[in-house]
Amino acid sequence: MLNVLAQADGEMLEGLKAIGAGLGYGLAAIGPGIGIGTVVGNAISAMARQPESAGMARTTMFLGIAFTEALALIGFVVFILLMP
Amino acid sequence: MNVLALDFPPVSHLFEWPAILFDGTMYAVNKTVLIYLAAVVITAAIFLVAGRKNAPLVPAGVQHVAESGVTFVEKSIVMETIGPEGKKFMPFLTTMFFFILFSNITEVIPGIQFPANSRMAVPITLAIVVWCIYNVVGIKSQGLGGYLKNSLFPPGVPKLLYVIVTPIELVSTFVVRPFSLAIRLWANMVAGHLLLVTFAVLTTALWGAMPPTAIAPFAMLVLMTAFEILVSVLQAFIFTILTAVYIGGSMHPAH
Repeated sequence: MLNVLAQADGEMLEGLKAIGAGLGYGLAAIGPGIGIGTVVGNAISAMARQPESAGMARTTMFLGIAFTEALALIGFVVFILLMP
Repeated sequence: MNVLALDFPPVSHLFEWPAILFDGTMYAVNKTVLIYLAAVVITAAIFLVAGRKNAPLVPAGVQHVAESGVTFVEKSIVMETIGPEGKKFMPFLTTMFFFILFSNITEVIPGIQFPANSRMAVPITLAIVVWCIYNVVGIKSQGLGGYLKNSLFPPGVPKLLYVIVTPIELVSTFVVRPFSLAIRLWANMVAGHLLLVTFAVLTTALWGAMPPTAIAPFAMLVLMTAFEILVSVLQAFIFTILTAVYIGGSMHPAH
């Protein structure tokens, strides 16, 4: 049993790395996905309520997206680092 | 790497280019460096042409690009975030916007198709320059003590919470900011390039195996190319506006 485990160790490591990378990126995208949805949704309702201040809402929306998106990008960086 | 019997090139092959000139020295020139040089030359040329002595009053061609770029940076970046005092940062912000835009947009230009900002060196250098600028601006406009006090001890927070707030502010203002700025630009470009390569490889492989099925990935490739134009412009805009927000934040402290 242990022998088989030791033999499969190398392949196992590669496989676990791939699973970890994929799962890591997927999990890292959940929060920012919800966050960007909230940001854009609220920006759209702000623009619909007050079309005259749409420019300001749009600028602030992009800022909010940029800050929220950073978390997903960190997940993506980890994914790139873990890829063989 | 072999994904579903597709011969996908390893990630390093997509981003590392062999040196063309001066190989082996620290001044080696490869595709990335050439794109950056072109971006610098184009940015300088646009503004030299637009700002020449006897420029016509009604802008046309290159002058129109430069003038609408300046107006855009002034109206929707500087005035929205810093205010009228931010006018002295206009040259820096406008140049940075155009430089990042030109080194991003090579991602979709046929024949080049490589975003230079998908290599970390220049994004992190720009981010460090931005870090230096907003710290110097903060120290100049509020004094060293005032700047540290306003950025580490934001007013309006209950006294006891400073135990938690101050370390978070310290890390987020002085350590994480430049990295998040650089990683945002770099990772967006890497992701875009990988996406385009994936659909291009898929199209070629399916075209070789079963031509009609190659239509779907090719349509996605066209769609994603259009999307990447948007991302290139948006990332240049976001880098510039975040720089302006950081400068504005250290100029006028939160009250």
